[in-house]
Amino acid sequence: MDISTTTDVPPSAPRPDAGERRTARGVTRPGDRIFLALSRGSGILLLVVMAAIAVFLTYRACLAISADDGNFLTTFEWNTNTDPPVFGIAVLAFGTVVSSVVAMALALPIAVAIALFLTHYAPRRLSGPIAYVIDLLAAVPSIVYGLWGALILVPHMQGLYGWLDQFLGWTGIFAWNGGAPRAMLTVGILLAIMILPIITNVSREVFRQVPRMHEEAALALGATRWEVVRMAVLPFGRSGVISAAMLGLGRALGETMAVATVLSPSYDIQASLLDPGGGTFAQNIASKFGEASVQGRDALIASGLVLFVITLLVNGAARAIIARRKEYSGANA
Amino acid sequence: MAKRIDVSGLTAFYGAHKAIEDISMTVEPRSVTAFIGPSGCGKSTFLRTLNRMHEVTPGGRVEGKVLLDDEDLYGSGVDPVSVRREVGMVFQRPNPFPTMSIFENVAAGLRLNGGYRKSELDDVVEKSLRGANLWNEVKDRLNKPGSGLSGGQQQRLCIARAIAVEPRVLLMDEPCSALDPISTLAIEDLIGELKERFTIVIVTHNMQQAARVSDRTAFFNLAGVGQPGRLVEIDDTERIFSNPSVQATEDYISGRFG
Repeated sequence: MDISTTTDVPPSAPRPDAGERRTARGVTRPGDRIFLALSRGSGILLLVVMAAIAVFLTYRACLAISADDGNFLTTFEWNTNTDPPVFGIAVLAFGTVVSSVVAMALALPIAVAIALFLTHYAPRRLSGPIAYVIDLLAAVPSIVYGLWGALILVPHMQGLYGWLDQFLGWTGIFAWNGGAPRAMLTVGILLAIMILPIITNVSREVFRQVPRMHEEAALALGATRWEVVRMAVLPFGRSGVISAAMLGLGRALGETMAVATVLSPSYDIQASLLDPGGGTFAQNIASKFGEASVQGRDALIASGLVLFVITLLVNGAARAIIARRKEYSGANA
Repeated sequence: MAKRIDVSGLTAFYGAHKAIEDISMTVEPRSVTAFIGPSGCGKSTFLRTLNRMHEVTPGGRVEGKVLLDDEDLYGSGVDPVSVRREVGMVFQRPNPFPTMSIFENVAAGLRLNGGYRKSELDDVVEKSLRGANLWNEVKDRLNKPGSGLSGGQQQRLCIARAIAVEPRVLLMDEPCSALDPISTLAIEDLIGELKERFTIVIVTHNMQQAARVSDRTAFFNLAGVGQPGRLVEIDDTERIFSNPSVQATEDYISGRFG
């Protein structure tokens, strides 16, 4: 007997007595329509606000760049009150990238090590309090970091600077002329402390989500604890750690007050990380904004746009790295 | 090659909870021994004491002796890591490393020991995949991720990974419970071939499977609610399924409880 032929009305046929409004997807209820309108409206509002900001910034930046007598990308000066003004972002771009790279190089390995320790080595009664202390680090306002950096960190950097100069001075990037240690290395160390919590926390969450069965697979093959971490935990957490690093890098690129209080700025590029001078986008905007003319503000906005573009590029690169390894990620396990 | 397992007076705990009590049995080399019994009776726990995986669980603790030929796995100074290199394991859900290719999955255990040249690795990987009846299906895509295979293929990949390091004993914890009947049949055929080289212990909920693949069958049961699991009897599979010496075994096999 064929059961399917016993139904004489196909279930998808509309019933003539149905009172609700019907669409191709079926019944729409008022609640759904209201929620759809609200969520779609929020999305559109976000786009409009973003577009408005972008248009405003680009317009002001174009005004500034067209008035610029120097080359906006390569000039080493920042004179916005002269007529015509001469300014360029070369020093700021260099300083921003260098300080953030130093911060990342210092913070990433330590943060990943802390996250691994908390998830795979520390006894449970120890990992809770340590995680709490790391969260506290994230709660310290950046101006407090700046004050601590200027008052405590800078005076205590002399020893490290001397040591680096003595043993690594020949590389050039660790040569020191004996000036106050208000240089990119100090800024990088301070930024590293500031971005440590966010990288640690995101990495910890990722490592915690490694499926137990992958760790057991490694253990059953005769892996030691470190080998389990290397075979199962780190590869699984790779894309998550990259995201964590990008979050940290984003914060380091845009950090303002801590850099402004520690760095002794100048509009030239120092080849050594230990020689004071240089500047970053955010620090320069904070230092110059108060005294700037209209033209000067437009120039600062233009520099802010460049920071925005750099951040976008960094995020895009991170996404590309993650996407390239997608089929090997834990997501399709 | 394959080694004899000799368990005496083994009791395992999860913290204060006693999961299995006073289990003694002998598993002959180059044979298949099946563990059957109702859920929660401690079959898997007991299996995991045989390669010291039980103690990986927080609070996991073992008393008693497990001899592999003459070496006590729980003797003082025995490294659990070296035990697990001798006693391989296949899990209930296929668990190839998702971040590794098929080749890297099979080579994973060898890389732990280190000291293999590329050509040696190639040979061992091919031999292991052939041993797991998977070679013909994957030889053209060894560099593709292992997680892209079907469930049954993934489980055979896990078997290949386990046998690549030439263990003395192969433990299987319900290896077919997540697989369809055809994949199950493929694994059962494979078990029949693998017992020529390894001592195999398999936990299963499927009594037909126990009857099909094993030489000896051990029946586990709980003495009562909240009581630890015990070994009721172990005997030749034929005898367990035709004329068991304990009434509870016959009741379980004939479906009167469990």
